[in-house]
Amino acid sequence: MSDSTKTVKLRIWRGDSTDGALQDVEVEANEGEVVLDVIHRVQATQMSDLAVRWNCKAGKCGSCSMEINGKPRLACMTRMNMFEEGETVTITPLRAFPVIRDLVTDVSFNYKKAMEIPAFQPPAELKAGEYRMEQIDVERSQEFRKCIECFLCQDTCHVIRDHEENKKSFAGPRFFIRIAELDMHPLDQLRNRKRTAQEEHGLGMCNITKCCTEVCPEHIRITDNAIIPMKERVVDVKYDPVAWLGSKIFKREGIL
Amino acid sequence: MSGVFSATRAKISERTLRTDRWWLQPAITVAVLVSFIIYATFRAFESKYYFAEPLISPFYSPCLTSTCPEGASLLGKPFGTVALFGMAISPALFILIFPLGFRLTCYYYRKAYYRSFWQSPPACAVAEPHSTYTGETKAPLILQNGHRYFFFAGLVFNVLLTIDAFLAFRNEEGHWGHMSVGTLVLLTNATLLWLYSASCHTCRHTIGGRLRHFSKHPVRYKLWTWVSILNHKHPTFAWISLFGVALADVYVRAVASGSITNFYFF
Ligand code: SF4
Ligand code: SF4
Ligand code: FES
Ligand code: FES
Repeated sequence: MSDSTKTVKLRIWRGDSTDGALQDVEVEANEGEVVLDVIHRVQATQMSDLAVRWNCKAGKCGSCSMEINGKPRLACMTRMNMFEEGETVTITPLRAFPVIRDLVTDVSFNYKKAMEIPAFQPPAELKAGEYRMEQIDVERSQEFRKCIECFLCQDTCHVIRDHEENKKSFAGPRFFIRIAELDMHPLDQLRNRKRTAQEEHGLGMCNITKCCTEVCPEHIRITDNAIIPMKERVVDVKYDPVAWLGSKIFKREGIL
Repeated sequence: MSGVFSATRAKISERTLRTDRWWLQPAITVAVLVSFIIYATFRAFESKYYFAEPLISPFYSPCLTSTCPEGASLLGKPFGTVALFGMAISPALFILIFPLGFRLTCYYYRKAYYRSFWQSPPACAVAEPHSTYTGETKAPLILQNGHRYFFFAGLVFNVLLTIDAFLAFRNEEGHWGHMSVGTLVLLTNATLLWLYSASCHTCRHTIGGRLRHFSKHPVRYKLWTWVSILNHKHPTFAWISLFGVALADVYVRAVASGSITNFYFF
């Protein structure tokens, strides 16, 4: 064993929707490796049937989401040298979604929620290819386009993580940034996104405790730049009579 | 069983597998906020030692009852004396609702107290103790949507406290052109409160956040970018301005009660 190789202790959750448990394993880790590398070595040497989802190994596909020492993270972006010498690293599947097997969960909840959000609605007179926008108008939305759909934010959000029954009425942070992106889009014609955010997608369930922002591997400032601005926009149309009246009288831009 | 212990989820008996000290942050928040609340309550009811020419404590400004000393009543004494069980109600209590409401509905303090006091959630990926959850959709929490009204009231208070700081460029006899430690204390407090308001999410929204076309509103866009920079530091301003208010009051109390003399630079 060379200097840069050492043995690490892992506890990996193994099981399926009926039962499961954490299993201890020891495996070699080389200098510079990430958790996903080590999981692959476990798979290659000791647990050939270990189920794990991955794809790019570069933090860009969003497949390798799991929980490492209790924190929602990308396994391919979590370096082994973060952990203390001799520390046992615990690896489990995402705990907000139904487990399929081992480290693989069923994230279809998110695809269902994605479909519930009406698509971008361009002005009728413009054909594709004719949209013209200035950079400063699209900048805000561009931050949200960095999303890699890893669903770590969805997994960590206590609204659904801790309350299964809220899943039907709550779209989750990943889709709040989608709604914000469209509501801030200078060409989007759909004018009821603020109301539906509150009435159909559960924006009001969010208590802005920012866990989504804390775990986002793309460092999207979900709460500050999407959720809170959307909450303020909702107030404009639903809860603030002054803003509402102003929008009626002056036809102020940005409201409704 | 709900939440992370629901039937379809991976069977894990711990509410969290986090190994770091996730409880530390909420514990500190509780400790600091509880200390502040205890001190502020004591001071609001104390109803004395809040004014010593030319300094007034931020807890008591504007002073609106007839128990207020002459120099403290910038806006007159519209409330006269209101007594309850034979005791005059402290002038601090008439204005308390505004700064209190502002901070209670602040997006940052909401995060802080939902996590620490209400444990919803105590920390990320740590299961909360509540069996049901409706967020800010029902009374009373739906009232958080009124934050902007407190924001505008807060601006009025900022103006008044800034005036208080300017009035502190006088000496005890009321002559202008002097400056004391108290002047600095009140100026710092006013500055921190302005920074807290300017970095507020409602401020960011009102200044430009609500727009769809930044390019059509270049001035508001520019202002929005500045407020956005401050907004990034909003939690910091929330804490230091809270300490600022408390320390300004501690100083004025010490001067007014005679424990220290207000040192004049000139
Ligand atoms: S800020 Fe809101 S959406 Fe994000 S994790 Fe917290 S409750 Fe969920
Ligand atoms: S917003 Fe961030 S955490 Fe959420 S799905 Fe997108 S990249 Fe992942
Ligand atoms: S494997 Fe693609 S993000 Fe980790
Ligand atoms: S004062 Fe904190 S968000 Fe407005």
